[in-house]
Amino acid sequence: MKKALKIFWLAIVLAFIYVPILVLAVYSFTDASMVGASGGFSFNNYINLFADEELRNMIFGTVALALICAAISTVLATMGAIGSYYSKRVPKTLLNTANQVPVVNADIVTGFSVCILLIVILRISKDTFIPLGIGHIVLTAPFVYLSILPKLKQMDNSLYEAALDLGATPAQALFKVVIPQLIPGILSGFMLAVTLSLDDYFVTTYTKPSTFDTISTYVVNATKGSQTETKTALWALSTIIFLIVITAVVLMNVLSQKGGKANEKA
Amino acid sequence: MKLRFNRSQLCIPYALFLACFVIAPLIVIVYYAFTNGQGQFSFSNFVNFFSSTNTLGTLLYSFALAFSVTLVCLLIGYPTAYILARSNFKKKYVLLMLFVLPMWINFTLRITALKEILSVLEGNISAYPFLNSVIGMTYDFLPFMILPLYTSLLKLDKSLSEAAEDLGANKLTVFLRITLPLSVPGIVSGITMVLLPSMTNYVVLDMLYNSTYIMGSLIGSYFSAYDWNNGSMISLVLLVIIFIVTLVTNRFSDKDAERGTVL
Repeated sequence: MKKALKIFWLAIVLAFIYVPILVLAVYSFTDASMVGASGGFSFNNYINLFADEELRNMIFGTVALALICAAISTVLATMGAIGSYYSKRVPKTLLNTANQVPVVNADIVTGFSVCILLIVILRISKDTFIPLGIGHIVLTAPFVYLSILPKLKQMDNSLYEAALDLGATPAQALFKVVIPQLIPGILSGFMLAVTLSLDDYFVTTYTKPSTFDTISTYVVNATKGSQTETKTALWALSTIIFLIVITAVVLMNVLSQKGGKANEKA
Repeated sequence: MKLRFNRSQLCIPYALFLACFVIAPLIVIVYYAFTNGQGQFSFSNFVNFFSSTNTLGTLLYSFALAFSVTLVCLLIGYPTAYILARSNFKKKYVLLMLFVLPMWINFTLRITALKEILSVLEGNISAYPFLNSVIGMTYDFLPFMILPLYTSLLKLDKSLSEAAEDLGANKLTVFLRITLPLSVPGIVSGITMVLLPSMTNYVVLDMLYNSTYIMGSLIGSYFSAYDWNNGSMISLVLLVIIFIVTLVTNRFSDKDAERGTVL
């Protein structure tokens, strides 16, 4: 009886989470212009999504921005984390505190403050993509830093020293001994950076060139307009992203289970 | 000694980056908040904010909305995290994934989906602005509540509650006096992840046709009006709120449950 109640509760929460996404997914395969309306089966939304140049550019731009910024964030924050881990107490505390600021800050304040500094005061044109890029790095790098720090703490320090004793240069020891051990943290930090960048609306709005849109800003503008064709094409986009996320999560689970088993053996 | 010095130098680029693009913008915000359009020192933005019933009303509305959203997230999230953490299911982690997976789907697309469902259920969705905003934000932020709660409940030592039961406590007492107090770090970190975004994420309101302003919408409208000074004042007010929340929550900090360890 109690168990049934628990399952019932979980089912209700899952329904709350998934019903909207799944209903939209079903309707994305019809020619209905709104949920609830009747419509026949059709791939039109998917065809529109890939045929429309504006939509294609928008998706490509969003992904490119996320990957480039996440890559820069990862390099910067990895170096930062390694450096701060071996720094003295004061610089370490300062860096950790500064790193914490964008994490606890509201995205909108981060975006607005970066916009004022770069665009209003330094007069860097939005069209150079520099404010947008910097904004996204500010947003994502601190999370990469946070996901690498625990790996540094777990690391055996004597390995680095041993590498040096055996004749490696500090650079070699860094690249061949330290960084390989950080790779799980670096990878999960990179993935987190990508997802944060993809999901961002506020930093993007305040720093983007007026002709450039990411998925978030595009969707918000599209819902204000009355173009049903764009609206229903976005249903297709939502469904595709949902499928990608599910596939990624399943893959990650399978891979991590294999990794876990390998670790158990070792 | 020289080698250690080399390694710590690696953080210089990142330190410079943080100084230029995280710390400097904050200083700029404070400067702009206390100057007028001509760059002269002035309290007018401050007075504007605290003397206008409009902006104060917005602040109150933001708090009301944020507290409601946080409460609803907690009421839905806690039992969910509790059941997940206590289940005997072999692959708990997979089950948890089901609940936090929407986090990786763009939130504007998720709100679009929710909006379509609400339109079917309610007909005219602009008739229930507050309710819909609470539903929308709960929909958006629930994973961020479940995750830290789950982490802290999972770490909780089961033998403590078993001991309490052996000593004669009933289930309710065990929950109220053992489980709940020990999960406070998770609760606090969940609250911080939901409270602040729900004071500022005005996009959810816009998309669900709630035309009432929250703090975020004020920044948005000052941004569109190129009014950097008043916009900075609102940002400063938000920064102060964030600072207070951080001070309070640091007392209960639980490093494993922070947002940085989401993946």
